[in-house]
Amino acid sequence: MGNKQTIFTDEQLDAYQDCTFFTRKEILRLHGRYHELAPHLVPMDYTNEPDVTIPLALIVSMPELNENPFRNRIVESFSEDGAGNLSFNDFVDMFSVLSETAPRELKAIYAFKIYDFNVDNFLCKEDLEKTLNKLTREELSPEEVTLVCEKAIEEADLDGDSKLSFADFENMITRAPDFLR
Amino acid sequence: KPEVLSPEELEKLKEEVDERKKLISTLRGKPWPMRKKLLTLRESHEFVEKYEGALGKGKSRKLYAYKVMMLKKWMKFQRDFENFKTACVPWEMKIKEIESHFGSSVASYFIFLRWMYGINMILFGLTFGLVMVPEALMGRPYGSMPRKTVPRADEANAMDFAVLWDFGGYAQYSVLFYGYYNSQRAIGWLKFRMPLSYFLVGVGTVAYSYMVVIRTMARNANEDGGGDNNSFNFSWKMFTSWDYLIGNPETADNKFASITTSFKEAILEEQESRKDDNIHLTRFLRVLANFLVLCCLAGSGYLIYFVVRRSQKFALEGLESHSWWERNEVNMVMSLLGMFCPMLFDVISALENYHPRIALQWQLGRIFALFLGNLYTFIIALMDEINLKVNLEEVLKLNMTIWEASLYNGTLGANSTAPPITVHPADIPRGPCWETMVGQEFVRLIVSDTMTTYITLLIGDFLRAVLVRFLNYCWCWDLEAGFPSYSEFDVSGNVLGLIFNQGMIWMGAFYAPCLPALNVLRLHVSMYLQCWAVMCCNVPQERVFKASGSNNFYMAMLLVILFLSTLPAIYTIVTIPPSFDCGPFSGKSRMFDVIQETLESDFPAWFGKVFSYASNPGLVLPFLLLMVLAIYYLQSTSKSYKQANLELKKKLQTVSRTINKVLTLIQYLLYSLCGTLSENLICTKLCDHTSPLPLSLSKKIEKRRVGNTEHIKERATIKFPLLPPAPRPRGATESLGPYQVTSGNQHPVFRGSQTPRDTEYDCCHRCGNGKHFIDRHRPP
Repeated sequence: MGNKQTIFTDEQLDAYQDCTFFTRKEILRLHGRYHELAPHLVPMDYTNEPDVTIPLALIVSMPELNENPFRNRIVESFSEDGAGNLSFNDFVDMFSVLSETAPRELKAIYAFKIYDFNVDNFLCKEDLEKTLNKLTREELSPEEVTLVCEKAIEEADLDGDSKLSFADFENMITRAPDFLR
Repeated sequence: KPEVLSPEELEKLKEEVDERKKLISTLRGKPWPMRKKLLTLRESHEFVEKYEGALGKGKSRKLYAYKVMMLKKWMKFQRDFENFKTACVPWEMKIKEIESHFGSSVASYFIFLRWMYGINMILFGLTFGLVMVPEALMGRPYGSMPRKTVPRADEANAMDFAVLWDFGGYAQYSVLFYGYYNSQRAIGWLKFRMPLSYFLVGVGTVAYSYMVVIRTMARNANEDGGGDNNSFNFSWKMFTSWDYLIGNPETADNKFASITTSFKEAILEEQESRKDDNIHLTRFLRVLANFLVLCCLAGSGYLIYFVVRRSQKFALEGLESHSWWERNEVNMVMSLLGMFCPMLFDVISALENYHPRIALQWQLGRIFALFLGNLYTFIIALMDEINLKVNLEEVLKLNMTIWEASLYNGTLGANSTAPPITVHPADIPRGPCWETMVGQEFVRLIVSDTMTTYITLLIGDFLRAVLVRFLNYCWCWDLEAGFPSYSEFDVSGNVLGLIFNQGMIWMGAFYAPCLPALNVLRLHVSMYLQCWAVMCCNVPQERVFKASGSNNFYMAMLLVILFLSTLPAIYTIVTIPPSFDCGPFSGKSRMFDVIQETLESDFPAWFGKVFSYASNPGLVLPFLLLMVLAIYYLQSTSKSYKQANLELKKKLQTVSRTINKVLTLIQYLLYSLCGTLSENLICTKLCDHTSPLPLSLSKKIEKRRVGNTEHIKERATIKFPLLPPAPRPRGATESLGPYQVTSGNQHPVFRGSQTPRDTEYDCCHRCGNGKHFIDRHRPP
């Protein structure tokens, strides 16, 4: 486009554009935000692909994530080491999936990962209880929590193993009218 | 060297290259970690570049290389164009800010506003470019004809602001209104067919609006998934109720509270049986409430009729002898009714004791009925006036001949011809021109509606916020938490207002080509004003209703309004003869005669004959019947598909439970047969697949050194058809070529894109390696 920017090479920008749902300007803006989070840690020049990660605590302080009850799980599920330290690649990947142009199926896959607190590929009762408590800030009584989780499993579980596999989850979530946000 | 490849190998290579290209184009939608995606991208690019050149041979190689280069350039151009398009979308940052403060339902109003703005821009383009500009540039100038000149009597105050604000004077005799246009068949050196263009633009605006609204409805219905709303109540509440776009702590607090309340309500409904007592009282109260609402509606309809009659009386007596209120009575009454009746309905609905969402729908329905009733009463009163004017025309025509005769003052005999006496156009008496009157009425209505909206906004929201903020220091009770407090943004009321405004535009656009332009201006100002007002004076709603449930509801209302507002226009076009001395159809007996005229004079003879055959009622009626039958057929097949869908869902449940049981049985058998040797090899693999993922077990099992276990490996490669692979949804982009750019569609209130469904779940979720699953993941 003729803009002289020295943060990425043109091949890198094209590669990012192919791998995410972002345009060139958006990727540069994302790099700006990433840099803002830890200016002393993140170099401005990414042409030689430095291996820099930002810890979880800094990422969840972003205003977009700060109020989200699932912010820790979101960042953890996109990080390579599972502990929430995001490199720039993971950072861009995370926002690409959360963006509005990402398709429903992709979001369903990552939503499953986010709600799977113990990372065992199933949404078991404990996962659902944790989700509910985060969602209501523990305002519901334990009996109410149990009731809701049982009802949810009853509604969505297709194969009768009293936990939700990805197929169950996907089947349920693709019919939801509110899912895309 | 690639020259020596045989044709089959060439074919295989080509297939592989195509597959790689397809992989590159769908890479975004894959759930792999970024590192794996980048690596795959680089490898695929290298592969494609290495072998692409080799595929063409001899003379055709140059052509092939050229084609490939053009394809690359085309892809780059598409990408740049997508970037440009995203940058072009107006007001994106504003709407995002509102979204993070107020949640998705308030933002959905602004997205709807922006979409309306787009539609109105197109309508404006049509009317401005094809109707107003040609007449202004190529038609006869102002003052050359009686219809284009201000009458002598009104010349004195034609430039007054009051007259111009009322759209009289110079504003009336300009391209803004129907009456200015000349009925000459072809004007200017381009031979532009003005009357035909006017007619076709009128029809075209309606057709375009229908197309856009129905297309959006179909898209929304598609994304809905044809869902049955009650089957996943709790699951949906748990997984989809958080609005991921919220970034403001106060809104987040409200959202948490609203989610908790919604769960408690659902639990209560689930636990308690329906309260059977007092159902008679509730029914009686509901009937009473509906009766009261009907009375309100009837009362408001009568009031408007009465006021319009009165204003006609005033008009006959001459407008100058009355006060400002009496002159603008009709518009003010309509706007005031629109403001106060909804509040009344709100109070009445407290009797009914419905669930809040149902109460909201009832409320919207009643407001809709109110607006509709008012609009139609207005139109009926207008029709009375039109009929009056048409009758007046006959009388005036008679007077014209008498006046013309008086010009010559009896100096001529009955049969002689004399040189025509030149009279200045301003002095010629002219007909009452009912079309311009209709156009003016609509324009005045819209202007007063706009003014009322803005003033209500300023007083109701801004002034209230200022008062609450500053009087709070010296008031007895806490104004912010208690009675007035800050206002919430009324999404449904605003959306309804927007829809009705658009309905009025559609109704009046044929008689006043300036209406779309006026509406574009109004929407532009509204956007900025309301964005500012929302951020400055409103607080987030306490009960946060999601926008999505009402998407198609609003679109359906828009469609109904479109239909109902084009009805009066069509009626007047078809039944009432156009004025004899103003507008592009003057002199014809009906407005649509212009089509007949064009067919006769501009098209070859056979075309006219074909058209007359096609418009024969004997042909049109069977065609209509056929369409009705087709609609009925499609409706019944869609019903049967829905039924089959439900049946299949139930079957899915029973089948997967059965398969689960069978698998555990087999697992037990194998376990007992093969003892501990098989434990490492098969049972882990089976355990991983106890959930019916759409996989077949014929994947190669890793070779493990567990002694002589060849026979066991054989058994394990039997295909277990657990479930058929997920069906590709219709519209999957496999049939399109490589380098398919996925585009994100931005249409109102519901966003998403349509990339092919590709749930490859066969890799470790941590590192993307296909060799193991996440539970066996070891960091490298």
